[in-house]
Amino acid sequence: MSSALRSYQEINEKIKKGKAVVVTAEEIIELIDKNGIEKTAREVDVVTTGTFGAMCSSGAMINIGHTKPRMKISEAYLNGVMAYGGLAAVDLYIGATQVAKDDPLNKIYPGEFKYGGGHVIQDLVSGKDILLEAYGYGTDDYPRKKLLTWINIKDLNQAYLFNPRNAYQNYNVAVNCSDKIIYTYLGVLLPHLGNAGFSSAGQLSPLLNDPYYRVIGVGTKIFLGGGVGYVAWQGTQHDPSVERNDKGIPRGGAGTLAVIGDMKGMDPNWLWGLSIRGYGCSLAVGLGVPIPILDEETLQYCAVRDQDIEAPIIDYSNAYPNGTGEILGYVNYAELRSGKIYHAGKEIPTSPISSYSRAREICSILKKWIQNGDFTLTQPTFVLPSTDSGVRFRNLAERPYNNTNGVRR
Amino acid sequence: MVSTKKVVLHFPREAAERPVVCELALRFGLTFNILRASISPHHEGLMVLEIIGENAKNEEGLKYLQEKGVEIQPLSQDIKKNDQLCIDCGSCLGVCPTTALYMDKASYQVKFEESKCIACELCVLACPTRAMEALF
Repeated sequence: MSSALRSYQEINEKIKKGKAVVVTAEEIIELIDKNGIEKTAREVDVVTTGTFGAMCSSGAMINIGHTKPRMKISEAYLNGVMAYGGLAAVDLYIGATQVAKDDPLNKIYPGEFKYGGGHVIQDLVSGKDILLEAYGYGTDDYPRKKLLTWINIKDLNQAYLFNPRNAYQNYNVAVNCSDKIIYTYLGVLLPHLGNAGFSSAGQLSPLLNDPYYRVIGVGTKIFLGGGVGYVAWQGTQHDPSVERNDKGIPRGGAGTLAVIGDMKGMDPNWLWGLSIRGYGCSLAVGLGVPIPILDEETLQYCAVRDQDIEAPIIDYSNAYPNGTGEILGYVNYAELRSGKIYHAGKEIPTSPISSYSRAREICSILKKWIQNGDFTLTQPTFVLPSTDSGVRFRNLAERPYNNTNGVRR
Repeated sequence: MVSTKKVVLHFPREAAERPVVCELALRFGLTFNILRASISPHHEGLMVLEIIGENAKNEEGLKYLQEKGVEIQPLSQDIKKNDQLCIDCGSCLGVCPTTALYMDKASYQVKFEESKCIACELCVLACPTRAMEALF
């Protein structure tokens, strides 16, 4: 561990005085090239990172306030999209991938998935009125059974995003080895390695700038959907055990973040409902994390560049859906971002899915917030499980139910 | 002067019955490349055509088609990119066969060069925000 250069308190005092030196994850690369690690670490207080892409494990918690007479909602729809009501009376959770109840899904293949939870979230944040249709079974204390009303974010008691898995640290590169077109969450994939989909902001991505989760942890204050949020927990499928290269960068999807933030301060420009052909609905989330340069080692990791980050090429026509674990090869993000990669003697055009220009914009906005003294840094209560934690991702070991080895409940 | 023109031909039911496009070659000596076609007897049809030939012959050929009841539209009017809806993700890039959709290397924004578009509509399938629209 390199010796400490500054504390969170010292950084925050500089931020409040408008004197903090803040640079983006892209600018830091040039700066290190020019001045070296040691000098740059002495000069720079904070590096801002960012990402903007489809993050299916996202959703919003809302409380609509009590009706008269009272109602315990057990079934609810927001603009026709089912929201989960298995909580207290008027708490609802709407998930990004929930599709409108009258959607034909993939019955007309490939489905269009025109409207879903992600779109509801974008519309809510836009300040649009949302139609709530709700049902309850009626109890002595909550007798009402039906409700049909417009709601608006400004009237809700609480509306916060609570995303169980965002900001994936690295990800797969999807290709299609079959002889027919396929529709995946990594885009439309043309047959015979016709194109490749990938989804990471690479050198700008938060967890790729802190690969061992030394500074990002529970309580870290972040940019979320154009507003302020916090890291709430390790994200689902958080997997620090993934194989790493000599720079410590995982060679595939590894760490993840569960994040939370007040939707009333968010901006629909940074939360986009998505209709992914043949796959379903989702939400593109804008997320940015400030990295305090506490020591040289922290900065060393922020020096990460696209060519240092490798991602596995996976066949989404077979290896992915069937979980065979087969990897066709590795490519780095400099190659991916160049517009084409080479595999099996073939030139394959690439589709990024995650927006680099918007990730860059998030880095700049967060930088401005910090420079203006509007955004101070929080020290995490504890950091995320790292490589020494023993935490690893497991697939389901199915135990089929055969009706003889237990009582059916 | 030889020029290349991309047009969308709309065939009303009557015109779909008769062989007219081949006349572009036979009567006017034009070369053409069918980029896409959906024409069946008794139905309205659509064809996207790239026509290569002398300017004057090009004009005559198109006039002939119009006389035969075929409506003609320049291709560039038919695939639109709505910049308000585009989030510059790039989902459309890998599927675009002519690189009409491309990533600007400085800004990393998605740009659309209409003249290169052959209206295959793969971008319409690939776009998750429905920023790409076909107006056929």
